[in-house]
Amino acid sequence: MSSDSSHNVSYLDYKGRWKGKITSWIFSTDHKKIGVLYLFSMLILFSIGVLFGFLMRLELIAPGKTIMEPQMYNSIFTLHGIIMIFMFIIPGLPAIFGNFFLPLLIGAKDVAFPRLNLLSWWLFMFGSLLAILSVFLPGGPVDTGWTFYVPYSVRSTTNVFPALIAAFILGFSSILTGLNFITTIHRMRVQGMTWFRMPLFVWSLYATSWIQILATPIIGITLLLVVMERAFNIGIFDPSLGGDPVLFQHLFWIYSHPAVYVMIIPAMGIISEIIPVFARRTIFGYKFIAFSSIAIALMGSLVWAHHMFTVGMSPTAMIIFSVLTFLVAIPSAIKVFNWVATLYKGSIQLDPPMLYALGFIFLFSIGGFTGLIQGALSVNIHIHDTSFIVAHFHYVMFGGTGFGIFAALHYWFPKMFAKSYNMKTAKFSFWTLFFGFNVLYFPMFVMGWLGMPRRYYDYLPEYHIYHFISTIGSWIVVIALVAMFANFIVALRKKEKFTEENPWGGETLEWKTSTPPPLENFDIEPVVDSHPYEYKMNEPDQDLLKEEGTK
Amino acid sequence: MFSNSNYIDSVDHAFIFIVAISFILLVFITGLMIYFVIKYSRKNNPKAENIHGNLKLEIFWTVVPVFLVMGMFYFGWVGYADLQNPPPESMKVKVVGQMWKWYFDYENGVRTDTLFVPINKPVKVEVTSIDVNHSFFVPAFRFKKDAIPNRINTAWFKPEELGSFDVACAEYCGLKHAYMYTEVVVMTEADFLAKMESELAKKNIPAPTEVKTDK
Ligand SMILES: [Cu+2]
Ligand SMILES: [Cu+2]
Repeated sequence: MSSDSSHNVSYLDYKGRWKGKITSWIFSTDHKKIGVLYLFSMLILFSIGVLFGFLMRLELIAPGKTIMEPQMYNSIFTLHGIIMIFMFIIPGLPAIFGNFFLPLLIGAKDVAFPRLNLLSWWLFMFGSLLAILSVFLPGGPVDTGWTFYVPYSVRSTTNVFPALIAAFILGFSSILTGLNFITTIHRMRVQGMTWFRMPLFVWSLYATSWIQILATPIIGITLLLVVMERAFNIGIFDPSLGGDPVLFQHLFWIYSHPAVYVMIIPAMGIISEIIPVFARRTIFGYKFIAFSSIAIALMGSLVWAHHMFTVGMSPTAMIIFSVLTFLVAIPSAIKVFNWVATLYKGSIQLDPPMLYALGFIFLFSIGGFTGLIQGALSVNIHIHDTSFIVAHFHYVMFGGTGFGIFAALHYWFPKMFAKSYNMKTAKFSFWTLFFGFNVLYFPMFVMGWLGMPRRYYDYLPEYHIYHFISTIGSWIVVIALVAMFANFIVALRKKEKFTEENPWGGETLEWKTSTPPPLENFDIEPVVDSHPYEYKMNEPDQDLLKEEGTK
Repeated sequence: MFSNSNYIDSVDHAFIFIVAISFILLVFITGLMIYFVIKYSRKNNPKAENIHGNLKLEIFWTVVPVFLVMGMFYFGWVGYADLQNPPPESMKVKVVGQMWKWYFDYENGVRTDTLFVPINKPVKVEVTSIDVNHSFFVPAFRFKKDAIPNRINTAWFKPEELGSFDVACAEYCGLKHAYMYTEVVVMTEADFLAKMESELAKKNIPAPTEVKTDK
């Protein structure tokens, strides 16, 4: 309905007052461009994280030294954790797909505070560059583990300081994004879009944003306290000055456990978008899925000490945290059951986004079940800080959130870039990734149960076979990721445009605008008069993307 | 097998209980998923049906898991409660972690870098550290306790088989974290007493009453 000059211009072509190719991107306040900026910066960081993981596995292929010294290994697993957690998994889905699609999904022109949005990206880049820079500063890369446990982080002579400041700045970026999304969801929904007509991805972003706003300041302050402890020897955490190192762990996990849900809830939201589209029917139990996100956000804030069952807490605390840990599994289980029920009497097509969604359900379920194993106190005392935990959180973070991000990428890529990717390559990379993932991480459950501690540079000969299989798995995963990214890069470089508005036959609003979306998202403001996944039961549109695979 | 008043058994049983339930549910979920994907594929079922939900089903799959997980909690708690309550006659050993080795102080003043214990006697370990965090982990006995400076964490076990068993550090502590291994050596009562005698003589500590010196 707008009559200004931006009418009908693709967001990709619009330059505004910035004439340069690069400046028209990095100073753009368009939520879609910011989403794309995040996408590329995070994929670069992700690739660095993968490289570190690959090197770690290579070192562990045989006992003794293989390719690096222990100090190097300790820095590499620390950086792998810091990059993957603070720069990819936590901010990933909200920053990339939340930015790009939240306004589209609720029929808005942009987020509530576009300039603040751009500032969050700049803060993100600043924090990330600082972390990368710290690798090259004298002192050597940080070696404390991504958890920065005191007293080690106070004593380590490596560049802990810049790493802490980097994490602090990244936290700010998250808070601003969260604030922006909450305001956007409250204030900018198009007419007719009531709360219960919002797509489930929007619900998941809403729950996530609240956690980011409420919990991130705690980690920010905690990390600053460690900085001050290192600089001025205050004695808050350092036991040699009368401080309490366990206090640090409490403060750290009060943020970092809810952060686990910041990572997983938006991925669950993506899955809830994708399954109805490819089953071509409405979602089963909409309200249960929506409210379970809120329930996870609330309950997830009260289970942090399950990371500390061996630290020596009172029996009462142990019971409460164990019970709550078990209960927080329930809303996740409800989601899984509703997703599976959504397949019932659908008309299912296994396109790449759907494959990733179903892969998510399987891998996330394994992650969830092994979480229950850890929630049991007596078992936890045995497997805590072993590779069982490493396997568990990779099933949740990579098999869950990672697969969720890849699902979203395959689902929305044509809409974002107006290019189509090769379906066969996409399916090949999915199956390779799925297979390699299990080869890589499943052996870690076994050796963890047998007593292999985590963060070990070396190991006893009896664990050799498991480490060996795991390393082979890491190669398969790398092959799959290279195939996936190559597929997208080839697609981006293609000359021909893909302008099909709705290639998958989705019902949500992003499919009701042109491909790529115009600058202000909709040429004609959409009208919402029903539930987001109300399939009219008509024959499927022709699948333009499908022809790609048959070439 | 080892057991410290069935502590190991209770860990293993809780583990098997949860793994079994999880495995059944995982097979069920995955099987159902594959079945639906085939039965309701676009080819086999070109026209889908809109089903918005079913309240009874939602209640069912909320309530049943609550009972299951509470069962899991109970199993886990029972085993843990056991670990926390050492019998009063337990032999006390102070376990001290430091970068990157362990040492063990016995009540008679002996200090060793391997943990020697007599068979069939409860041993109470008091775990602490003198520098950064470590964690005293005996995989064969299925437990660990964090070693934290200025703090004493206790646990106990009753070894029921002779032999030596690995002790690892489970909390990351820097450069040689992976090499902080030592052993628990379970001996007969007689061998244990002889060992203590010789350690006392070797270290030239006059008498047990001389009190251990902690630094
Ligand atoms: Cu947690
Ligand atoms: Cu250690």
